[in-house]
Amino acid sequence: MIALHVHQVGPGVAVQDLGRTGFLSKGLTRGGATDRLAVHEGAALLRQSPELAVLEMVGTGGTFEATEDMRIALAGAEMTAHVDGAAVAWNASHALAKSSVLTIGPTRTGTYGYLHVGGGFETEQMLGSRATHQSCGLGELVTAGDVLPIGLDRGGDFGLTMPRDTRFDGGAIRIVPSMQTSDFAKETREKFEATTFRRDPRANRQGIRMDSDGNGFATPKALSIVSEVIVPGDIQITGDGTPFVLMAESQTTGGYPRIGTVMPCDLPRVAQAPAGAALQFQFVSLEDGAAIEACARATWASLPKAVTPLVRDPATLQDLLSYQLIGGVVSATDAPLDRG
Amino acid sequence: MTTLSAYSPKVRSVGLDGVLVTFGDTATDEANRAAIAFRGAVDAQGWPEVSESSSTLVSAFFRIDLAEHRFEAISDRLQSILATRDWFAASLPEGRALWTVPAVFGGARAPQFDEAAEAAGLSTRDALRDLTTTRLRVLTLGFAPGQPYLGTLDDAWNIPRQKELTLNVPAGALVAAVRQICLFAKDTPTGWRHVGQSAFACFRPRGDTPFPLAPGDEVQFTDISATELSRIEDTVTDGSGGAIRTELA
Repeated sequence: MIALHVHQVGPGVAVQDLGRTGFLSKGLTRGGATDRLAVHEGAALLRQSPELAVLEMVGTGGTFEATEDMRIALAGAEMTAHVDGAAVAWNASHALAKSSVLTIGPTRTGTYGYLHVGGGFETEQMLGSRATHQSCGLGELVTAGDVLPIGLDRGGDFGLTMPRDTRFDGGAIRIVPSMQTSDFAKETREKFEATTFRRDPRANRQGIRMDSDGNGFATPKALSIVSEVIVPGDIQITGDGTPFVLMAESQTTGGYPRIGTVMPCDLPRVAQAPAGAALQFQFVSLEDGAAIEACARATWASLPKAVTPLVRDPATLQDLLSYQLIGGVVSATDAPLDRG
Repeated sequence: MTTLSAYSPKVRSVGLDGVLVTFGDTATDEANRAAIAFRGAVDAQGWPEVSESSSTLVSAFFRIDLAEHRFEAISDRLQSILATRDWFAASLPEGRALWTVPAVFGGARAPQFDEAAEAAGLSTRDALRDLTTTRLRVLTLGFAPGQPYLGTLDDAWNIPRQKELTLNVPAGALVAAVRQICLFAKDTPTGWRHVGQSAFACFRPRGDTPFPLAPGDEVQFTDISATELSRIEDTVTDGSGGAIRTELA
């Protein structure tokens, strides 16, 4: 069996995919990878389907040994990565030879790093997905000693990279009006847009707390507290006026009013903002939001076209790649990986 | 009923993820029935745009990709279905089930039964009668997978949540507040009072029916002894906790 043996692992590593839909009425949210864009990026680097399962890693990764030759890709928040002691590039795909050891260390930028394997992880499917949904008792965090089975890799390239995205240090987040937006006073909405928030360290796969100076945000007095449906990216304002962006593993319903909803294409930027990073929210109309989202989806779908060889000189490509795998001359901090 | 039916249902977008149709500002039985009935009626039309639907206490939600489908167009179509009838008077969809669920009320397994009866201003006998004779409806599933909010008890049971959380109430517990009973899918800290204990598993991820209950289903509790509950816990392994399911005509 093709697998990764887990020798050591950080406290926040779990198998994820794009989640499970169809169970909202049963009280189960989609779940799945927190940064869905990273899932698409890693899939593009391996030229395979984004439906395949990956490892999501928060804070640090672990030490993994390959049972057979395989391909891997590293995507999302950049973490230190070594194969048999030699540094390998993030945001790139690599060959991992049988019995070699991949070590993924602490995060350098961003929050959620992803390890992809050619063929995807083939852990047990539950309710049509391999996504770990801890709070609902679906799957478990990865622990030392685990053997993670890997599916059949239809083969292909490695040694590929793509331009680095800029989503790993906060920034401007577009939100669309949602069901309760107009219940908030105009001044509250304006103040919300004018405020620079900091991502609170209190954040997990359910939600991310946003800090700001000042007294918080007034919730609509007239609004009843009847629980209402939650969608990923909803920004709820709790009783003390603090906003929380609700993420992949939120509950299906909640009683706090929602001031707006982060656009799906900007949710990875919220997910990846490290603790303390500055974030600003900006309303766009539902109509503009739909157009922006459609455009972003086209970009996500065309990621395979953005993939380029990790080393650009075709004459030396083969040699450099093998050298990199054995000796590791390509460092994660070398150009062209640090652009942007 | 006039005042309730006077509520004009609201159609709103929820992010770019779907459309919500709301039948009330407060959690009334009528609004809940309307939400369940409306969801059933729209689902029965099989719109290709709807990737899934759900109902909450007072609303029906249709997950529709609003980056691909214009909200105004969807809203118009939902409004035209709304106009076809008085949804507050609609009957509930077919295919619902009645669940008879054995549970212990009071004693060590349900330590807040007496306290809840007192908060409701009822003798323990009357409280037991209410909890075991009221045919409750699954108003919605949520908070945890498969976990039902059941209603609606008599007005006496409009008891508030406790200020202090009980740190751990076990799975299968029946907890009471605001005229509802919640049947816990898993161990949960809660401000609701622990009035009963069953062995009913609301979420059975490895079984054929991972989510046994559906919104609109009805639940009738029957009073059993703590000894009988222990026997069920020891011998019934399918998660049913000795509950019996019958189809509602």
